[in-house]
Amino acid sequence: MQTADFDPGVELEHLRTRCGGQAGAVVSFTGLVRDRNDGVQVSRMTLEHYPGMTEKVLGELAARAMSEWSLHGCILVHRIGPLAPNDRIVFVATAAAHRKDAFRACEFLIDELKTRAPLWKQEDTPAGTRWVGAPGSERG
Amino acid sequence: MVRLRYFASLREALGTGEEQVELPGRIATVQQLTSWLQARGPHWQDALADPRLLTARNQSLVDRNAAVQDGDEIAWFPPVTGG
Repeated sequence: MQTADFDPGVELEHLRTRCGGQAGAVVSFTGLVRDRNDGVQVSRMTLEHYPGMTEKVLGELAARAMSEWSLHGCILVHRIGPLAPNDRIVFVATAAAHRKDAFRACEFLIDELKTRAPLWKQEDTPAGTRWVGAPGSERG
Repeated sequence: MVRLRYFASLREALGTGEEQVELPGRIATVQQLTSWLQARGPHWQDALADPRLLTARNQSLVDRNAAVQDGDEIAWFPPVTGG
């Protein structure tokens, strides 16, 4: 969890180096802030989280992915605080012996993160600020 | 004492993100604690009535039947929207 931006290239290079020749495949997902959500223009977004629980949930998800797909390594980065359209918001990378395990583990991690990690988006729109997923808005 | 935490739209609705309270002896579950908080007044009643709210005990998701003990950290929050 961090407010600062991250460099996907640097993260991937760390992962590759850590694998030391055991991995044959690295898959990554980078999530970006969209400038529209639910048909409404979004000028800014703020990410709130539950400090401590977020790290705990992400650690549990990483451990599950590592064992279920025999990963050689994985990375989860999520930003919090204020973000603008096109900013990087989340990064997931997995390294496995073969590509199928790397793809499946990467998809598992981002899907589970979106449903389990205690993070909330608040958007700035022309009509004011709104919490994503609150009554009257669609889920982001 | 138990540590109570509220996040995102719920934090805004209640006007507080965190507090410490002395647990009344008759309160043994998250549901009973929720009802006790709702008795504080109309905006507590309404904000905590949202059936989509999630609850966590010591930073793990639990259902409303989960036990509450002295020293716990209990949190309420809306469905998560990260990623």
